[in-house]
Order: sequence, then C-alpha cells, then structure tokens
Amino acid sequence: MRVYADNAATTYMSDAAKAKLIECLDNYNGNPNSLHSDGQRTQEVLDEARQTVADCINAAKANEIYFTSGGSEADNQALISAARGLAPKGKKHLITTNIEHHAILHTMAKLEKEGFEVTYLAPEANGIVDVKKVEDAIREDTALVSIMFANNEMGAIQPIAEIGALCKSKGVLFHTDAVQAAAHLPIDVQAMNIDMLSMSGHKFHGPKGIGVLYARNGIRLINVIEGGAQERGKRAGTVNVPAIASMAVALKEGCDNMEENMKKVSALRDRLIEGLKDIPYSQLNGDPVKRLPGNVNYSFEGVEGESLLLHLDMYGIECSSGSACTSESLDPSHVLTGMGVPVEAAHGSLRFSLDTDNTEEEVDYIIEKVHSVVERYRKMSPYWEDLESGKREHCISK
Amino acid sequence: MSLYTDKVMDHFENPRNVGVIEDADAVGEVGNPMCGDIMKMYLKIDNDVITDIKFKTFGCGSAIATSSMATELIKGKTLDEALELTNKAVVDALEGLPARKIHCSVLAEDAIKVALIDYYTKNGRELPESLVGFEPHEEE
Repeated sequence: MRVYADNAATTYMSDAAKAKLIECLDNYNGNPNSLHSDGQRTQEVLDEARQTVADCINAAKANEIYFTSGGSEADNQALISAARGLAPKGKKHLITTNIEHHAILHTMAKLEKEGFEVTYLAPEANGIVDVKKVEDAIREDTALVSIMFANNEMGAIQPIAEIGALCKSKGVLFHTDAVQAAAHLPIDVQAMNIDMLSMSGHKFHGPKGIGVLYARNGIRLINVIEGGAQERGKRAGTVNVPAIASMAVALKEGCDNMEENMKKVSALRDRLIEGLKDIPYSQLNGDPVKRLPGNVNYSFEGVEGESLLLHLDMYGIECSSGSACTSESLDPSHVLTGMGVPVEAAHGSLRFSLDTDNTEEEVDYIIEKVHSVVERYRKMSPYWEDLESGKREHCISK
Repeated sequence: MSLYTDKVMDHFENPRNVGVIEDADAVGEVGNPMCGDIMKMYLKIDNDVITDIKFKTFGCGSAIATSSMATELIKGKTLDEALELTNKAVVDALEGLPARKIHCSVLAEDAIKVALIDYYTKNGRELPESLVGFEPHEEE
C-alpha cells in the first residue's frame, strides 16, 4: 500500500486545478500586459482569479491581492514592507514567535542586521501563543506583529482573531503566515483584523511556484523584486496567469468544501492520534484540539526520526520528521524545541499530514506500521536500553 | 540521485551484527541522545583476533548503516588491522555518504577505537601508539 501523508510539505494538484492550468496554457497564454486580444483575454482570467482569491478570504477589494512566487516571497515582502516602511516613523521593533517558518525567521534575522529589534515569543507547551504575552511585548515603537495562522510542523492553531483585535487596538500592523491554513481553515481578513497574509498554492492542491500576499489597502508595500509595473507596481515579472488561475480554482474548491473536508480529515487525524496512544513513552506534540485538521506530530522516546521515516517509506508510507538528521542542520526542529519539547524527544518525532484523499484503511495501516518500526528501532537502540534500565531518565511520561 | 546509495539502504534495511554480547571482552560507546546518535559496540576477542562483534545504534539511517558496515569490516580481523580502519574506508565500502552524514562514519570509527582502548586497558596492556591520547570526536 502507498500512503501519502506529507500534505503539509506539498499536496497533489486537484483535477480541477490541473484542468484549469491546461486550459490556460492552451487558451490564455498571452501576456496580460499586452494590449492585443490574446493579452486582454488573459487579463480577464487574471482579474477573475484575483476576485476569487479575495472572496475566499473576504478581502474588501480584489486589488488587495498580490500574486507572488509563493509563501516565502509573500512572507519576505510583508515583513520588509512593514519594517522599512515604518522605520522613518521611528518604529523599529517587530514581534514574532520562535516557531515561525524560516521565511519569517530568516527575514527577521536580516532585519535585525539592519538595526531592527525583534522580540521572539515562545508559545505555551501546547504550541499556542498566549495573547497576553503578545500584548505585553507591544511597545510604542512596535511596527508589526507577525504570527503564523497554524503551525506547519505540529499543527497548533494560533488565536488569530484575538491577536488581530489586539494589534488593531494598539495601532500595530498584523501579518499572518497562513500557508498551512488557507483553504483548510476559515479565514476572514476583515473580521480577524489581518493587515497582511501569506499563502502558497501548492499547500491546497494548487500548483507550485505561486502564492499570494494579501495587503489591506493603505499599507504601502516595498518591492522585493524590481522591474516592470505588474501587480500595481509592487511585484515585477511577467504574471504567471496559468498558475494563478489554477491556484484560484484550488483555493475556491477548498473553501467551498471546507466544512465537509474539515470534518472528514479531522476524524482521520483523531483516529491516528488515538491509534498511536498506546505506544509507551510517546507524546502528541501540539494542542490536541486546536490543531490543523490533518496534522499529527508524535515524538517517540529512544528512537531517531529519520530511521523511522526511512523504514515507513519502505512500507509505502510517506511522512516527515523533525529530527536533525532529516534537515540540513545538525539541530532538531526549532518548532518542537521552541515549544519546550526536549531535544531528545524532538529527534524522535514524526509528522503525518493527512488530507481528503486519505482513508481510514490507510490510517490503520500507518498505525500498524508505526508500532512495528518504533519497536524495531527501540530494540536496536542503546539509548532505549539505558532508558529501560534506568541508566538514563525518561523525558516523556509513560 | 537519492540521498543514500543502494549499499547504505541495504545495510539500513538488513543491518549485520545487531545485538549485544553479554560476555564481551570489549565494549565501546560514543555519542549522546542530545545529538541524536549513540553507537555501542561489543567485541569478542581471542588471541588478538576479533572473533565476534555486535552493535546497537540509536540514530539515523546512515548511523545504522555505518555501524553495520564497520562491524562487517573488522569481524575476523586482528586488533592491529581493526586499528587501521578509517571512517573513509567505511564510507567507501558503503559507496558514499552525503556530506552531512560523514560524521556518522566518524562515530563508527570512534566506537571501535573506544572499544579497543577498553580492551587494552582492562587487560593491563600498553595502548598502541595510535590510541594514546585518543578522544572520540565531539559532535557539534
């Protein structure tokens, strides 16, 4: 059996998104900036897609939607615009969390080098940021708060509406990286007081290499890519209309079926969580309830995540791990350690991200095989032997 | 190209010499849980020949594969021959490792050296020159 359970890394394109992409390649291949018929026909498709995206997140106007190359570019532009834009007013303080995606963290680090001060808030043990701590961190000179909608690794959903209301009352800009949330959770940028929001097409069954930055009218964006006057002059480069139209179709599909999808996928998620519970010295990372419908992140003591992942792959199960060995660095997941998961337990973590295509049968297969690989590698682990004999102390309770 | 060679995957999927030798003549352990790697090797030594070897490893796919390959390479060898085993020889036998996994092979070489030091020390023998002052590599 082959089970794809890595939808937080990327999803497969939906049939409708694929069909739209091909339709555009065949019929709407013009440059929307061209004045001839082919160009103008394509411009109409682009306008329609922009309106669709705006409607899906309840943006007040379609011109608040800027198409980018993906979530990372949108994150970069949002932070750079807020920081450099408000710096002349003496606002040189930014607030974020230590569990953000690197598109946020590395941009923040760059801004720190430019002289901005950044506060990195740690979430509570359940992975959720305390709004009171955000409030306490806001200062006179705070330009922006950027907190992700839902975490890509352990799935915790942040109190976005509360943070939005807080920022509005304090006169601080609020950006949220909604790459994992878009099309999976309800988003209303007006009701939630979100000033800027990032999303990425391939996380919701759209194509790769395309994303969105929503920026409320009145926010002055600063270009990350210079060149032509596309996207109201804020993002140069010939507009990728086929990918945009295809992404818009995928987003709308997700939003139209959201209630049903959330119900189905969260039931699969809870079945998986329940099925792994009897593995001793293991824990679910992230809030059990306020979490993305498809996310299951578990730590297993005494074993290392990459070996579990590789062996599950041999069984046809595709997932990911927060272990250092699966990353380019030598450190385990900054998200897990940032929320207080012990380093040893972070090394032994697995993430399954389910979606609408997954079935109960697949979940049961995952449960069976995870039991088997954890047992296999614990038997082989001198660390597990030391935990069992009491030579080393457990960091996860039984 | 995949991350790992077929040889690495073979030793990961079917690791040779996994286990414990209860009455081992030498034991060597390196690594720690914070780094996500621990290798422990058990050697049976007769007349300065490694007659049996077993290992247990906590770590990633390449940590398991390098442990397995290292034990294969020195099983049946004399202590002097085992001393000459380098991490590079383990990497070559596995037909290569990704750059960031080379430290796993260093860990395997170190585990064997620590076990040999244990053997010489326990038996009141002088350490061979190459082991004098040897310290396992610190992991970053």
